[in-house]
This record gives sequence, C-alpha cells and structure tokens, in this order.
Amino acid sequence: MSATNSAAASGSAPPPLPRWAPFEWIVALRFLREGRMQTGFIVTGVAIGVGVIVFMSALLSGLQSNFIRRVLTAQPHIQLLPPKEVARPQRGGEDNGTLQHGAIVQPPLQRLKSIDQWQAVAAQIRAMPEVATVSPEATGSALAVRGSASRAISAIGIEPERYFRIVAIPEKIVRGSTRLGATDILIGTELASDLGVGVGDKLRVSAALGASTTLTVAGIFDLGNKGANQRTTYLALHTAQSLLGLPGGVTGLDVTVHDVYAAERIAQRITAATGVQADSWIRTNEQFFTAINAQQTSNTVIRAFVGLSVAFGIASVLVVSVVQRSREIGILRAMGISRAQILRLFLLQGSLLGLSGSLVGSALGALALALWQRFARNADGTPLFPLAFEPWLFVAALVLATLVGLAAAVAPALRASRMDPVVAIRG
Amino acid sequence: MAEPAVVALRAVRKSFNIGTPVQTEVLHGIDLELHRGEFCAVMGPSGSGKSTLLNIIGLLDRPTSGTLSVCGEETTGLDDAALTRLRGHSIGFVFQYHHLLSAFSALENVVLPMLGAAGRPDAAMFARAERLLDEVGLSPWRDNPANRLSGGQQQRVAVARALAMNPPVLLADEPTGNLDTKSADAVFELLRRVNREEGTSVLFVTHNPELASRCDKTIQVVDGAIVGAREAPDAGS
Repeated sequence: MSATNSAAASGSAPPPLPRWAPFEWIVALRFLREGRMQTGFIVTGVAIGVGVIVFMSALLSGLQSNFIRRVLTAQPHIQLLPPKEVARPQRGGEDNGTLQHGAIVQPPLQRLKSIDQWQAVAAQIRAMPEVATVSPEATGSALAVRGSASRAISAIGIEPERYFRIVAIPEKIVRGSTRLGATDILIGTELASDLGVGVGDKLRVSAALGASTTLTVAGIFDLGNKGANQRTTYLALHTAQSLLGLPGGVTGLDVTVHDVYAAERIAQRITAATGVQADSWIRTNEQFFTAINAQQTSNTVIRAFVGLSVAFGIASVLVVSVVQRSREIGILRAMGISRAQILRLFLLQGSLLGLSGSLVGSALGALALALWQRFARNADGTPLFPLAFEPWLFVAALVLATLVGLAAAVAPALRASRMDPVVAIRG
Repeated sequence: MAEPAVVALRAVRKSFNIGTPVQTEVLHGIDLELHRGEFCAVMGPSGSGKSTLLNIIGLLDRPTSGTLSVCGEETTGLDDAALTRLRGHSIGFVFQYHHLLSAFSALENVVLPMLGAAGRPDAAMFARAERLLDEVGLSPWRDNPANRLSGGQQQRVAVARALAMNPPVLLADEPTGNLDTKSADAVFELLRRVNREEGTSVLFVTHNPELASRCDKTIQVVDGAIVGAREAPDAGS
C-alpha cells in the first residue's frame, strides 16, 4: 500500500487537535468521540431527562400563572371589610373585674354597615406605592323580580371606571354594554335566562330591608361560573347605596397591587395603617394556594428523581469507561501524566456529558412546548393556556445538568486517578 | 565505564503482600547501574522479576527497601507528583504491547507526552513528533488512527512516543515479543540507532539471545537476583 493510499484508506482519521484546548479537553473529547455509542446513549438519556424537566416546569409554571390570572381577574387582590359586630359580655362590677363565668353569649346579628371614614381610608391606601387601584363597593342581598319569577341576587354597587380595572367585566359582556347609569343593572347570563330578560328589559330589585327600585338591564355578562352568573349583578354605587340603606357608605374597598404575591404582606400593612381588616387573595384562597404548593412540591420531587437518574446514568457510563480504559490510563501515567490531570480528564467527561445532554434536552423541551402550544387548544381554537419560554429555565437546566454530570463523575474520576499504573497497564 | 550512571540501584528489594502470611519477595537486593549511552539487555525466565525491576526503575513502582536514583536524583523520598514529573522528563517506556491510544492518530500519540507536560498543544510539538515519526519510517502513516497500523508499525510509533520527551533513559519491556522476526529486528535496530545517535541509555528486556548478543551488556535475572553480567565488546556491529 502506498503512503498516500494508506492515509486515505483509513477513512476515519481523527479530526485535528484543537490548538486552543488544554490536554484534558483534548483527551476527554477524543475519549467521548471514540466511545460514541456509549456517549450517544447517555447523552440521549440526559437529554430526555432534561427535556422532561424543561417541558414539565414550563407547563406547570404556565398552568399556575394561568390559574392565578384567572382567579385574580375575577376578584380583588385585597379586600377591606367593616369590622364584624361582636358581643361584649358585661364584666363583673365588684367581682375583681373578671369575666362572669358561665354566661351564655349570643352571637350578634351582622347588620349591613359601612366602613367608617371610607373616603379617608381609600385615599390613604391609594397613596401607597405598591397599590394599583382602590375601588369602593356597596354589596348586599336583594331579590330580582320579573312578573311571577324572582331570584335572590347579590347586588354589587360599584364605580365602573375603578372597578373594571380590578375585575375585567367589559371582557365578559356577551350582550349589551357596560354602561351603568342610576337606573341600569348588569346581570349574568343565567339570571337573564331564569328571568327571561334581555338587554333593555326592566327588572324590579327589592332589598332585604324593603326598599325597591326598577332597573333596566344594560348588559349581560358571563363570568365563566354558573353560580356567579346566577347571583352576581352590578349597579351604580349610589343606586346600591340607596337600595341597601347605606347612604354614602360602602361595605368594602377592593384593592389591586402591582405584585400579586406580595398581597398578604401589603394587606397586613394596610390593616396596621388604617385599622380596617384587610384580607388578601392569598388568605381567602388558602386551598387554592395549598394546591399550588402541592403541585410545586411534586414538581420538585419529580425533578430531583430525574436528576438522580441522570447522575447515576452518567456515573455508570464513566465507571465502565474507567474500567475499559484502565490500560490507557496506566500508559498515560507512565508517560508522565499526573493524577490531577487524570482526575480532571474524567470530571470533564462527566461535565461534557451533562452539558451536551442538557443542550439537546433543552431543544427537545422547547420543541415539545412549541408542539403543545400548537396542538393543545380550546374548542374555539385559542391556546389552552399561554406558555412562557423563559430563558432562565434553559440556563438553569444547562447549569444544573452540567453540575450533575460533574458530581456524577467524581467517584469514577477518583478511581481513575488513584489507579496503580503497574496494575492498570497489566490489565 | 567513564560515563556517569543515569540509573543506579543499591540493595533494592521488592516484596508484595507485605504484612500478610503470603508476603513474597520478588527482588532480593538488586545492585545495578545503567550508564549514559549504555544499551543493556536484561534476560531471565518468566517470573524472575524483570518487569518488576523495570517498573521500579521507571518509577511506576517503589522498592520496599534500598535506594534508586534516576539522572542523579534520589527518588526514595519523592512524592507521587514529583515521581510523575521525573518519570515524564527522564524515562521513556516501550512495552511488549504497544499500548497506543486508539482515539488518536499515530502522530498525536507521539505528541501526547509533550502535550501532557506542556498543558496545551503548540507547533513545536507537532514538528518534533513528525521528525520522530520520520525517523521511525512512519511519516506516510502519521494521520492513520493508531489501531489501523500493523503490529510492527504500532511498536515503532510506541518507540517514537517513548522518545518524545527526549528522555535520557529508555525502558523496553520485551518490545519485540509480539513481533515477527523482521519487525522485531527493525524495532531493535531503531532502538540501537537512537541509543547511538542520541546517547539514550536503553534497558532492553528480551528472551531473544540473538538480540541480547547485540547489546553492550547483558544481565541475567533469576529468582529476583542478578546472577550474571556479560560485557559484549563487539556489541551492535
């Protein structure tokens, strides 16, 4: 065979050594390239693990923010309510000032009442930088009557321009408009159906205390919940105040804040500053929050187990590689390669497996997310819920998988570096 | 001999399984000097301790007792890192099996010891490796993967790799043992030429009396002791 033919006939001459790379990089890359089947399998394994984590994290994060968005577009972040009536048992006069024992204390009736000095309280809250909107409401029970049909309703008096910034009623109007004059009312689709009314029809609304008024249906909305569509009605604030016997008063102040997750902390500040009880959406939706926490915990557990299986996969491949390459490790040691260089060589292989697996896995995760966006749709063709392609998720996946690869390589690398070269060469 | 000793062993003993009931002493107080430019054959039956002796001289193993100096440096108190450094710069190995790294080409295998010592590749390394491959007659196969060469070619690449750091001592543990007569002769002649032209001291383990007769000196190792040494005034002719 001629010289030229021999070189050409080899067919798989190794690529030129990268001149920029240190010794450990060059040997690690060559070892991984040479064991390409092992490398391919473990990179695929890591990629599947990372892809699952990326896809699942983005999906759950999207699902969670979608839940929160849905919850928070239908209710204020913080609600201020007047203090409840409490019974104050009479204290014993001459009896050392202690409570009278054995007294039966009847819980007091909860009259509809206004927040004291609500205008001043609202102004005080509006001045807080974390607060976005403050909207007063006067809410009470009433009866909607049309002909012989009647339904119990919740009459909510609002200032539309403020309230609609908290609950996006205009987006939920299915017929009519959001105009709320003194004699207008907005009702839900179920109530409209039950009473057989449409836009422009009149309703008689009677409050529990006896006052009543006739209102015109200005718009019909769909809140996405049958019960809410049956009971919820919106009136102009002053109309509700007259109907409910609360002239100039409000039964609550609805507040939205810029950071929804800080709502509880802000609520506590509002209570401390105004003396009015403020409840955040986090407190009023405790079960919802528990569900979210449970979801996050299970997500973390799944991620941890996937990470563990990735780590064991990389470690097992490297352990096999150390055994297979023991003679080569021995000969490297014989030619003057130090233990530290051997250690770095195998640590690097672990990191490279983690990094390359996570690169492929991130691409797989992104592809899966794109397919989800494309095919998982509502009946009307809109996306089931929006997914955010957050760069930090991919960066975190890359960094974590590389670190997992590095950690997984520690034991095999130590084993390789501690190998007795005489024994290694002998095999 | 006027040349200084590049390797000197004094009363070197080596035992395995120390502290156990099956403790075995395989070298019993070896005294040996290898001088600069000397080509010394080591003969002896299998299991006589030749390879153990070479491993100790090559700083791959430590003697149980006795002293060893390499290139004038006493090795007894050196730690692993210092021994590795000394080994890398002073000693070249050629084994019975070539032990080339199959992930690298012939040329890259020769570059590896220099790359390991320097940390990063540079043009001078490749130039030296090409010159060494040229000297062993393998320039045309320089880019072939190591495992695509014949046995004789692989052993010649191993010789070139052993010479990469220009070591003063070359330890060859039956390098012709797996080769046919023609290839064995070619490898031996290569080592002899390096010895003459570079002044490299060679310790050459062989079972072949004909090759041993062409060395400057032959020592016989039997049961872990040197039982005879023969100078060959006409060696290498």
